[in-house]
Amino acid sequence: MTGMKSKKKNFRSNIITYAMVIAAFVIMQILRSAGHISSLFEGLLVPICVYVILAVSLNLVVGISGELSLGHAGFMCVGAFASAFFTKCLQNTLTVSGVRFALAILIGAVVAAVLGILIGIPVLRLKGDYLAIVTLAFGEIIKNVINVFYVGRDINGIHISMKDKFSLGMEADGEMLLSGPQGITGIPKDSSFVVGFILILITLFIALNLINSRDGRAIKAIRDNRIAASSIGINITKYKLMAFTISAALAGMAGALYSHNLATLQASKFNFNTSILVLVFVVLGGIGNIRGSVIAAVILTALPELLRGLADYRMLIYAIVLIVMMLFNWAPKALEWRERYLGRFFKKSAKEGE
Amino acid sequence: MSFLSYLINGISLGSVYAIIALGYTMVYGIAKMLNFAHGDVIMVGGYAALTMMLSLNANPLVGVLVAIVVCTVLGITIEAVAYRPLRGAASPLAVLITAIGVSYFLQNMVLLIFGSNPKSFQSVVPLPDLKLAGGALTITAETIVTITSCIIIMVVLTTFINKTKTGQAMQAVSEDKGAAQLMGINVNKTIALTFAIGSGLAAVAGVLLCSSYPSLSPYTGSMPGIKAFVAAVFGGIGSIPGAMLGGILLGVIEILAKAYISSQLADAIVFAVLIVVLLVKPTGLLGKPIQEKV
Repeated sequence: MTGMKSKKKNFRSNIITYAMVIAAFVIMQILRSAGHISSLFEGLLVPICVYVILAVSLNLVVGISGELSLGHAGFMCVGAFASAFFTKCLQNTLTVSGVRFALAILIGAVVAAVLGILIGIPVLRLKGDYLAIVTLAFGEIIKNVINVFYVGRDINGIHISMKDKFSLGMEADGEMLLSGPQGITGIPKDSSFVVGFILILITLFIALNLINSRDGRAIKAIRDNRIAASSIGINITKYKLMAFTISAALAGMAGALYSHNLATLQASKFNFNTSILVLVFVVLGGIGNIRGSVIAAVILTALPELLRGLADYRMLIYAIVLIVMMLFNWAPKALEWRERYLGRFFKKSAKEGE
Repeated sequence: MSFLSYLINGISLGSVYAIIALGYTMVYGIAKMLNFAHGDVIMVGGYAALTMMLSLNANPLVGVLVAIVVCTVLGITIEAVAYRPLRGAASPLAVLITAIGVSYFLQNMVLLIFGSNPKSFQSVVPLPDLKLAGGALTITAETIVTITSCIIIMVVLTTFINKTKTGQAMQAVSEDKGAAQLMGINVNKTIALTFAIGSGLAAVAGVLLCSSYPSLSPYTGSMPGIKAFVAAVFGGIGSIPGAMLGGILLGVIEILAKAYISSQLADAIVFAVLIVVLLVKPTGLLGKPIQEKV
């Protein structure tokens, strides 16, 4: 009986999450068509979608699998570069931008997933903070390695160098596809709010279905007690790798959306701070709570822009808000105080992921 | 000869990493938290010393002392305001994110006060460079001072931790907070002291770093901070000799990789070495193996 009940509860909770996202999308579209959105906010719509996807995907690793990953920007970086590179290569051959972009997103996701498996196999043997530091290291390595590659194309084919542009030895009409720290330039702007919205729905569908599936329960069992889980025959490596890879693939997808929203794409953007930013969304939204990740990502991406009126003080205020919110949400004394004075308004509801 | 000079530069940079890593590792050992704001404390130390020397024309030594005092107070304040309330929180991630908030706070505070333009730092070491082998090998005075300070700090700190009552208390708290409290140790005070020492060391590291690489901006601390964190993990986080060893190895690897392989890939190589070490020895070079209890 209780099993049925919890299934029902999960179902209702998922419906609320989808409904919330769809409602937000519809409202935004209405406001946009009515012209009530400032150009500043208009420019934020795709980044918000990118960060929502990233936050949900990181939550699969941090919340559901219970491993701290500090290198999520690395997967986003790989997805962004793989997809943008693909688009640049086929820009003149495949002119239907919709099909090309769909393929680019798929390529971004697949390349990031493959990298996720390659990194996951060694990394997931480690535990706790050691795992965190190794993911950080991989994130930095990915960024640095992409930074030294120069790729160009002319009538003789593709040229690759790790030194500089001139050692490519290209013909005069050659075209640079990837130029080291300058990255990829001239990417067509294929991303849009609608595409972002569809990708968010896909992400939610994958994440929520995974969490409530048999595999998802195995992953959560490992998080809660690794030894107990392995003693009932759950393959630890397989399930951890599954969560890690799916998360990487979704991040790669977000990277593709991100890169096709910018004219120039540079690897230095995907640094440690980006990984941390996404982690902040996950923790503030509630570890393991997918809906919370979505809300936190939207609010915190918009917040620095909404605070723009405060000019130089905005990042300072952002930092203070972050610290105060963390203390208010997590400090044992603050929780006690909330319980006593705010009672039922702030009662911690059971976490969605559990 | 050039190899020798690279090696010495590496040891010098590594000494700075080691001093920062000591702060990381002590805080981690005792509070079990990754203090991501530690790198920014270094930067604050640099600015404190610079302000003293430029605006008040103070003696460099006074500048260093002021930097140490400022950072120590800052460390204690951060711990009391941002970290202590979160002790015993449901997830260890809570305090990690708060540390990141503190890091943003410090960066933006300094940005508001001093502006975003990098300031050129004047060396705190007013000594001539050392020329060896008829001028073929030059060792800067900063290098000598950095390496010497690192050795002194290491010796003093090890003695302090192993021989004094307070040091023993710190070890006890890092081993088991509850039991330490029952033995009459003031846990809060001991943790505050650890932060104070770590932050004071960060000030020293900041001044030394800026003397060798004389450019100071609000973001100066973040990369050395991450590197020192890597060094601490490399040596086995929580272990003081480990932090020392990790820091120096990291500095040497970084400088040699820059010199002989590729300056752009140096950071990637440093991180790759870390990954290999952790895969072979999952708790770092000198770390204690994690015991698994059922």
